[in-house]
Amino acid sequence: METSIDWELVREIISCVFILAGACFMLIASIGLLRFPDFYIRMSAITKGSTLGLGLILMGMAIYFNQPGVLLKVLAIITFTYVTAPVAAHVIGRTAVQNGIAFWGKTNLEEFKGYLMKHRLERHTNQDRYTEEVPPAMMEKDGGAGDAAGKV
Amino acid sequence: MSIFQITLIVGIVMQSVCLLLTAIRFAIGPTLPDRVTAFDLFVANVIGIIVIFTELTNNEDFIDVAMILSLFGFLGSISFAYYIMRITK
Repeated sequence: METSIDWELVREIISCVFILAGACFMLIASIGLLRFPDFYIRMSAITKGSTLGLGLILMGMAIYFNQPGVLLKVLAIITFTYVTAPVAAHVIGRTAVQNGIAFWGKTNLEEFKGYLMKHRLERHTNQDRYTEEVPPAMMEKDGGAGDAAGKV
Repeated sequence: MSIFQITLIVGIVMQSVCLLLTAIRFAIGPTLPDRVTAFDLFVANVIGIIVIFTELTNNEDFIDVAMILSLFGFLGSISFAYYIMRITK
């Protein structure tokens, strides 16, 4: 009982599923980039979401073409993206911490205070630009170092 | 037009919406690292659009473009990070 399966149709269906899943992941990453309150949370969202979405889209294309050369190129792109995206995110996040980009008011910074104290960056974390409940008079009274993050 | 091509066009439209949202963040981003991460997402979205367009036109020459673009996106974000680190020291 030899049933003839249309393999091209099967490949198209699997490829479509992969590509739609990847596009959904990238759309979620973009919404996270637009809606999250803090630079660090935004960077975390787009690093994971866009890397996974791009990998899914590339795998969908490799499944559709069904050639070894295309699969090799796609695996090269996926490997390169998966290696370099966390490295780039780490470098940008480290630069942002050293430049004193403000944290969100609700971020738990208890375990992070040692690093900030060691590099004398503790004054940067207190000028919280993302909370609006703190009156500017209180910030100036405490010498610009009022613990705004603790009050929120 | 088959349902396969319609699905690919839907994927391209979703990527375009991603580009639009990223452009909004690029415009209103309060700091420079925000804009650098938005640029990262730009590059990833453009790679996705190129890949879907490759599959739509059934022409596998465009994969090299995606490969080169992934290389240059990484170099761009790293160089921007070092630039930001240098101008504030």
